[in-house]
Amino acid sequence: MNVKKRLLDAPRMNRAIRRMAIEIVEKNRGIDDLMIVGIRSRGVPIGERIAKEIHQLEGQPVSFGIIDITLYRDDLTTIAPQPVVKPTKLPEPIDEKVVVLVDDVLYTGRTVRAALDALIDFGRPKAVQLAVLIDRGHRELPIHADVVGKTVPTDAHEVIKVKLAETDGEDEVLLMEK
Amino acid sequence: MRTTTSALRSKDLLGIEALTPEEITLILDTAEGFKEVSERPVKKVPALRGQLVINLFMEASTRTRVSFEIAEKRLSADTLNFAASGSSVEKGETLIDTVDNLMAMHPDMIVIRHKHPGSPKMLADRLPASVINAGDGAHEHPTQALLDAFTIRERLGRLQGVNVSIIGDIAHSRVVRSNIHLLRKMKANVTLAGPPTLMPAEVERLGVRVVHSLDEALEGADVVMMLRVQLERQGKLSFPSLREYYNTFGLTPERLRRAKEGVVVMHPGPMNRGVEIASDVADGPYSVILEQVTNGVAVRMAVLYLLSGGHLAE
Repeated sequence: MNVKKRLLDAPRMNRAIRRMAIEIVEKNRGIDDLMIVGIRSRGVPIGERIAKEIHQLEGQPVSFGIIDITLYRDDLTTIAPQPVVKPTKLPEPIDEKVVVLVDDVLYTGRTVRAALDALIDFGRPKAVQLAVLIDRGHRELPIHADVVGKTVPTDAHEVIKVKLAETDGEDEVLLMEK
Repeated sequence: MRTTTSALRSKDLLGIEALTPEEITLILDTAEGFKEVSERPVKKVPALRGQLVINLFMEASTRTRVSFEIAEKRLSADTLNFAASGSSVEKGETLIDTVDNLMAMHPDMIVIRHKHPGSPKMLADRLPASVINAGDGAHEHPTQALLDAFTIRERLGRLQGVNVSIIGDIAHSRVVRSNIHLLRKMKANVTLAGPPTLMPAEVERLGVRVVHSLDEALEGADVVMMLRVQLERQGKLSFPSLREYYNTFGLTPERLRRAKEGVVVMHPGPMNRGVEIASDVADGPYSVILEQVTNGVAVRMAVLYLLSGGHLAE
């Protein structure tokens, strides 16, 4: 795959994440009842960074959890081999919480659909919001993001590659062509 | 959303002998993810929705059957339980005819327990459905060995280099056979002890150490696995009396002191209290016997999940 464009480098990614944290706090008028939940796998480090930024902004920690959506995928019976299942870790009951789901890229919306189903099995949140680092369009379901780091118009044959220091050794977002 | 790993190579789980160390690790890692599902308020995930699993238990079983059934239900599979008693098997139907009839109902997976070694393989070769061996005679009981390994790994953090002593009726035990295969593949050290009449000849060829007293087996052990004396599989007792068995090979608190500090005591169940294990040990601080039962569900969920869905060979 060829790299067509570097969409974000490390400083710009950090600024985007900081702005997302501010927007989340502003939108919810504080962090009471707020829980940040990262979707495995790359939603987790991004969610952690947002939670850290919110802690710095507000002077107190915000609740943070991890959700694994593998078992809720709509393509489980058709793909091979089976994807790896890892635990979901939520720090407290989600009832009456405002849950902010965090993922790296919003594309078809199917991951978010699965995450919503998974979340509902843990309780009844007061509200669920969605924060993504990149929104690349081409939705196949009626889902939209409340907080977006960067909107990128793409073609279907293009691929967005998000690299994070925690998982890939460096921070950058690349637009690539198949 | 596209993270993948190496899958299981076979459509079936017939035994541990055919698995690679990587496949064993994959099953144990996957089971960790599933353990959390059993602790949720809604203990159910939709992974096997719309799939039919037939539980074919042609031999008595309580915990394995119940454990598989819970695992299937937590994965949202449809389940059908078929037992030999009260069925047309009692009217003389052969296993193949029974299974051909069940196959006409299009199951996706069959979990089978049967007294004849090799019967799961016979079905697996004949049927398109995935077959899981839930114990075939004295041959293998792979999910038991996997849940034992999962429990050891959870307690001690590893399998490699762990000293596991297995004590009791070695000759009649499919649990031992599966455990020896698994532990040796994962580079654990295995010591066997039991009455000479219940010790198969040349069992050392499987890479295990054989000792003749319980005390010797306990010396330096990280894990002690007690086996059930299988009274129903022996025509007559292979030792003079149950009391003598208890005095020679029964695990008591006093004897357990020979093992390492923090030793893990296991038993596949059902226990004969006061025969192979004292109640004070079975219910004591080192016992993980009930954890084994809990872990059994997670491990069976992992196996069902990994065998479902697409296969690489197809």
